[in-house]
Amino acid sequence: MSLLRIEGLGLRFPNGVTALDGVDLALEGGEFLSLLGPSGCGKSTLLRAVMGLARPDTGRIAWAGGSRPRVGVVFQDPTLMPWAGVIDNVALPLRLAGLDRAAREKAALAAIERVGLAGFERAVPRELSGGMRMRVSIARALVGDPDVLLMDEPFAALDEITRLRLDDELRALASARGTTVLFVTHSVFESVYLSSRIAVMTPRPGRIAGTLAVKRPAAGDFRATADYARQCGEVSALLGRVMAA
Amino acid sequence: MRGALAARGAPLIVGLLVLAAWEALVRLNDMPPYILPAPSRIAATLWSDRAILLVSLAVTLKTTFAALVTAALSSLVLAILFRQSRWIERSLYPYAVILQVTPIVAIAPLILIYVEDPFAVMLVCATIVAFFPILSNTMLGLRSVDPGLEDMFRLQGAGRLQVLWLLHLPSALPHFLAGLRIAGGLALIGAVVAEFVSSTTAGGATGLAWRIIEAGQRLNVPRMFAALALIAASGIAIFALLTALSHIVLRRWHESERTG
Ligand SMILES: Nc1ncnc2c1ncn2[C@@H]1O[C@H](COP(=O)(O)OP(=O)(O)OP(=O)(O)O)[C@@H](O)[C@H]1O
Ligand SMILES: [Mg+2]
Repeated sequence: MSLLRIEGLGLRFPNGVTALDGVDLALEGGEFLSLLGPSGCGKSTLLRAVMGLARPDTGRIAWAGGSRPRVGVVFQDPTLMPWAGVIDNVALPLRLAGLDRAAREKAALAAIERVGLAGFERAVPRELSGGMRMRVSIARALVGDPDVLLMDEPFAALDEITRLRLDDELRALASARGTTVLFVTHSVFESVYLSSRIAVMTPRPGRIAGTLAVKRPAAGDFRATADYARQCGEVSALLGRVMAA
Repeated sequence: MRGALAARGAPLIVGLLVLAAWEALVRLNDMPPYILPAPSRIAATLWSDRAILLVSLAVTLKTTFAALVTAALSSLVLAILFRQSRWIERSLYPYAVILQVTPIVAIAPLILIYVEDPFAVMLVCATIVAFFPILSNTMLGLRSVDPGLEDMFRLQGAGRLQVLWLLHLPSALPHFLAGLRIAGGLALIGAVVAEFVSSTTAGGATGLAWRIIEAGQRLNVPRMFAALALIAASGIAIFALLTALSHIVLRRWHESERTG
């Protein structure tokens, strides 16, 4: 049984814009699924519906076991509390869950370490670079050891060099724990590099036009292989057909 | 560096020039102190009358600070209530506006009738003058919360109190402090106005405004100026203190206090 089933999902905004119309998608436990589609097709809206922040008009969202598991989320912006230090920002989900200070600081320190920000625990967001802020946001998503990560173009605003490195770090983190990831992006290359499966969306109103499984080598630099280039080409071609239709 | 020094020095130089011109004007024309006292004479009066003036200063400052604290607490509570319920806001906010736009000199005589204790009269007047900027600023702050953070809190299942304490109040802090900075000066004005108004009745009013009236009746013009100088200096000191407070609290994270 799938971890998450989305069936016939439709969502229309009060101003009359139909963002989603008949989205069918299943998320399997342990997979890294990328949602790929043109700007404005409804990727963020779909993700917000999955998070429970937007109420769909039709269709349903069903989690295995009946209720939403613990999710870690990363938005397009770091969305940090500017008045709080890195450690308090990262520990926020635990604080809201009612953990005591010692327990949440221990877990937060571990998460900060995992995203490579050890030594910056006491810094406030303003004292960090854009890439470091994004990593704080990722650490906050990881801190509660969530079963599922939901990420909305987390690296879109970053430079190429930082993005490639964060892609690597995210892959390593997710595969080390077998975390299920639903990852929104509009980069073909990023989606192929990161994912085990890619779902391509149509222009608005968004639907799933098709999904592709990514074949990746067990070791080595995936980006340098001919397989990588070929699959990027396939995804681009599918995207092109979707846009033309 | 030189620019910063000049920026600080410039108003000081202007002040000294004006004082020097004033002193020269009085001395060259041989003006008597009851027409226009020279700055040196005012300074001498400040020193010779220090016992009386300092007691009055303490009275006025006590009213001012009590009013500022009362205004800060009551408007904070009101702003939080308004944030919790649109209905409470709609029902009460218009009255806050009415209280704000009605001149305090018109309200004060009424307060004088219904409130017995002279200190309470001063406190009420000064609080009425001071509370509105804090209220409206804090309300704005409580509503200008990053929507992404609101979503984040909702997603993590935050309760109402957690949202208020961990998100809304910190977000509103810069606005609250900006309101407090305006209110500091207004509380002083309110205290002085209240003293003026209540000076017509026999009461315990012995603040600086009362000293000005008393000295005026005795044609002790140097003392009037001395008391006025103390009021102005208090206003500047309050503003400087509240600015420093805002700087200390916000300097690490808020744009308004960015240095360099
Ligand atoms: N609050 C809203 N009210 C009205 N329309 C909205 C709202 N939010 C989004 N939309 C519309 O819904 C459509 C889908 O928006 P969404 O943000 O989901 O797109 P997206 O696929 O995430 O795009 P991008 O890649 O640029 O982030 C857009 O056409 C947008 O105009
Ligand atoms: Mg989006």
